[in-house]
Amino acid sequence: MADIWNSFVKFFTSLQVTVVLLALSIVLIFAATLDQVNLGIWAVQEKYFRTFVVLWNVKGFPVPVFPGGYFIGGLLLLNLIASHLYRFKFTWKKSGIFLTHAGLIILLIGELLTGLWQEEFQLRLDQGQTRNYSESYRENELAVIDATDPQWDQVIAIPAERLGGREPIQHERLPFRVVTRSYYPNAIVQMREQLGNVSTPPPASRDIGAKLVVIPTPITYKQNERNQPSAVIELVGPANTSLGTWVVSTMLAQPQTFDYAGRTWRLALRSTRAYKPYSLTLLKFSHDRYMGTDIPKNFASKVRLHSLDGQTDRETLIYMNNPLRYDGLTFYQAGFDNNDTTTILQVVRNPSWLLPYIACVMMGLGLSIQFGIHLVAFANKRRKTA
Amino acid sequence: MKRLIPTLILLLGAIGLAYPLLRPTPSAFDLDGFGRIPVVANGRTKPLDSVARNTLLLLQGRQRVVTPDGSTLAPTAWLLDVLFRPDRADSYQHFEIVNPGLLDVFGLTIEDGAGKKRFSYRQLTPKLEELDRQAQLAQGVESALRTAYQRAVVNLRDHVIFYQQLKHSLVMPDGSDFLGNLLRLQDNLAAGIEAVRSRQSGTPSNPELASFVMEMGSKFMRMEQIGILLVIPPAKGAADTHWVKAGKALLGTFQVDSVNVHALTFAGLQRTWNDQNAEQFNTLLSKQRAEAERAYPEILKKTDAEVRFNQAEPFYSSMALYVLAFLLAACSWLKWPEVLQRGAYWLVLLAWVATTAGIVMRMWIEGRPPVTNLYSSALFVGWGCVGLCLILEKIYRNGIGSVAAALTGFCTLVIAHHLSLTGDTLEMMRAVLDSNFWLATHVVVITIGYSATYLAGFLAVIYVCRGVFTRSLDQATADSLNRMVYGITCFATLFNLVGTILGGIWADQSWGRFWGWDPKENGALIIVIWNAIILHARWGGLARTRGLMALAIFGNIVTSWSWFGTNMLGVGLHSYGFMDQAFVALVAFVATQLALIGLIYLPKAHWRSASTLR
Repeated sequence: MADIWNSFVKFFTSLQVTVVLLALSIVLIFAATLDQVNLGIWAVQEKYFRTFVVLWNVKGFPVPVFPGGYFIGGLLLLNLIASHLYRFKFTWKKSGIFLTHAGLIILLIGELLTGLWQEEFQLRLDQGQTRNYSESYRENELAVIDATDPQWDQVIAIPAERLGGREPIQHERLPFRVVTRSYYPNAIVQMREQLGNVSTPPPASRDIGAKLVVIPTPITYKQNERNQPSAVIELVGPANTSLGTWVVSTMLAQPQTFDYAGRTWRLALRSTRAYKPYSLTLLKFSHDRYMGTDIPKNFASKVRLHSLDGQTDRETLIYMNNPLRYDGLTFYQAGFDNNDTTTILQVVRNPSWLLPYIACVMMGLGLSIQFGIHLVAFANKRRKTA
Repeated sequence: MKRLIPTLILLLGAIGLAYPLLRPTPSAFDLDGFGRIPVVANGRTKPLDSVARNTLLLLQGRQRVVTPDGSTLAPTAWLLDVLFRPDRADSYQHFEIVNPGLLDVFGLTIEDGAGKKRFSYRQLTPKLEELDRQAQLAQGVESALRTAYQRAVVNLRDHVIFYQQLKHSLVMPDGSDFLGNLLRLQDNLAAGIEAVRSRQSGTPSNPELASFVMEMGSKFMRMEQIGILLVIPPAKGAADTHWVKAGKALLGTFQVDSVNVHALTFAGLQRTWNDQNAEQFNTLLSKQRAEAERAYPEILKKTDAEVRFNQAEPFYSSMALYVLAFLLAACSWLKWPEVLQRGAYWLVLLAWVATTAGIVMRMWIEGRPPVTNLYSSALFVGWGCVGLCLILEKIYRNGIGSVAAALTGFCTLVIAHHLSLTGDTLEMMRAVLDSNFWLATHVVVITIGYSATYLAGFLAVIYVCRGVFTRSLDQATADSLNRMVYGITCFATLFNLVGTILGGIWADQSWGRFWGWDPKENGALIIVIWNAIILHARWGGLARTRGLMALAIFGNIVTSWSWFGTNMLGVGLHSYGFMDQAFVALVAFVATQLALIGLIYLPKAHWRSASTLR
């Protein structure tokens, strides 16, 4: 048993393993960089880095072809920690190496935590508009809203992926089940009358669905495009009575309204929202250009931040390289739209943001110490020989 | 005598460096004075001299113009012809066309062009509409996916448009007597406006004057719409600090009741240039200059310096010095080591001082840290490499530092020259990059990291070439090269690592996320990991001298990928990317490096230095 353990330790503390793992990580990063051309930056992260194995689609079957980021990173971490526990003896001469590697451990852990915890949303504000929620870039939800009370909306949000499953969706607050008839991860909806004579029957019976055509399109991976999912859903009441079928799509701007069981309901498929206990109002968006050109010099959003508890009420300017940090979130200027009257803010939560800073200081210091020691020794040697 | 030779070499180098500044201009016209006039283009205030040089580089890839009658024009003289004598300028062959398909559009062959690739506006005129149609077809394709032909079409169309815009920047280029017309307008302004009003109200009083005024108005309108340079400075004391086009200032004639004095000066310059009246031309210029010195001396300080900088051409001169230093240092391994090595060292030092001065000058003009775009990164990578080499040479005194310095210095300046062909290299920074603090820290540190990685690679190249092809590599030299490569790799690791992490921190400061896995970030990370591999392989005994050298040469490939390859990815790795000139250069470079790595593993018996190596 001890033998196996020893050979295990010997393997994981060897420098050969370090070098091989580093080489593998280079191959992985390089392949991921090239694949960004096809997949876009988000899909690449999922496929190559936030996974244990990289799968390639060969004739419809996923085939593992390469160790993924978690696998290589995890082994490197193991190798690093094991080497320090079993092989290294701490001496002052090696303090630089220790410090560097400790920093590296923190950096790797920080990146792992970022992968697990980081959330990115966006917030679009027209001039003068106030919002108390941000929206996801890529995720969507089916919002079923009980709008009976004019003061308050009761929102039940169902992640769009759930619509893709086969199970009917039931919720204690809903007097009906949601059954998906069909689900399209990316599709265009168009008015039937615009297309002329359409032979297929209408996809749904209720509301605007009776006047639409749903045309599925391939999923896009481009960074500046987003998928527009659509679904045909049926609402089924108690005793299996159907309320009818609806088309829901992120392309439909207006929610669809109907009455059932004495209450008013609204249906909408929309970007997943994250509500906040505060709101932002866009007071003014400005877009400066260099004299006589279209080269942007600066984008800036003047916003008012107002919290529900009344403790915060202030104006602030968000511009390039100067984000607003509030409530553990970073709001930064990401873009603009509608002839410079709409601002697009990116909203990021990253609880482990401090770790890279610590790692940077440790590694920079560690390497400086280590190479400094080398350099002094080298200079001394030369002086003696000279 | 022998001790004097290095000093002599240094002296000759210094004279060569200073020559472009001392060379007298062989013209009766004050061309320098015209070149010093400040204008605003691409959002930056710059002298007309820079406009002339950058435009020439953009249109034809070089600053020299030869007229059809065989005389050579200075860039400013060329610009004067474009602005004031467009009839002549239209016959100058300054549009470079190399794409054969594009030549077919015009029905031209390479024999019709100067140097088989440069054509005049007049040669292009008959088919400009077809060019425009082709360019519109090409623009339907996403820019990353365009073929070489489509890119050439769009480029040429943009160049032709730019040429036209330039022509409309100071005066109306229709061959009329612009000054005479402006003066007539000045004298009859009140009456003229009255005549136009009466004509509009249906009771024409002076129809001839009215149509003259309206015609001038439409000329001003055309200049305002087409012209591109902002040449009229804001009036002193005015609230608006914006420069405007000559056309706009002239349109203002009808509101402020007088013709803009700057526009009048330009019209006067046109007439005197047209008449080739040097005396009056120079008088007008000196008046303009005196006025400018009174109104905006601060701006002139910078633009004048920029003209001197353009004339000195420190980067081109340094290229020549590096070549000379390379020859001297390489010869030193065969004969007279002491003398030639000292001479080479002095030349490298001189070139390095010249490039340092050039970079500092650019920083001062731009008000920015040294690296702001790909062009300046090439300058700075070279600067860093040569700086490190000077230190190595100081320590080891064996010529290796000088050869490496000359190689890297020359190559990076060649790269920089090719990168300068897309227009003004002193660009305004886009909003995202507009942060001097991060440009000064992250970008500078990482660029020094690139320098060091390249240097380690080039030292390894010297090791292979000397070992395989010459008998000059003895064991002591091999050992010192080993130590140099190792030392420089340590240095590179430190700078690449810190630079990369600083980049992450910039991203976190600005966007709230540390790492986004975008191509450039990945490229930098790959360099860091590669450096780490070299160090660990050496510490673990996996790589001895030869292994270390092979790894260091591969570092050249890794760094080139990060520096340029990732940028090519941005424009698409699809169909056309492989046809791109820069891509071909990159592939060729990678191939040579792989070949050198192959050479390292040639059995030692086949090395010419086999007998001197243990």
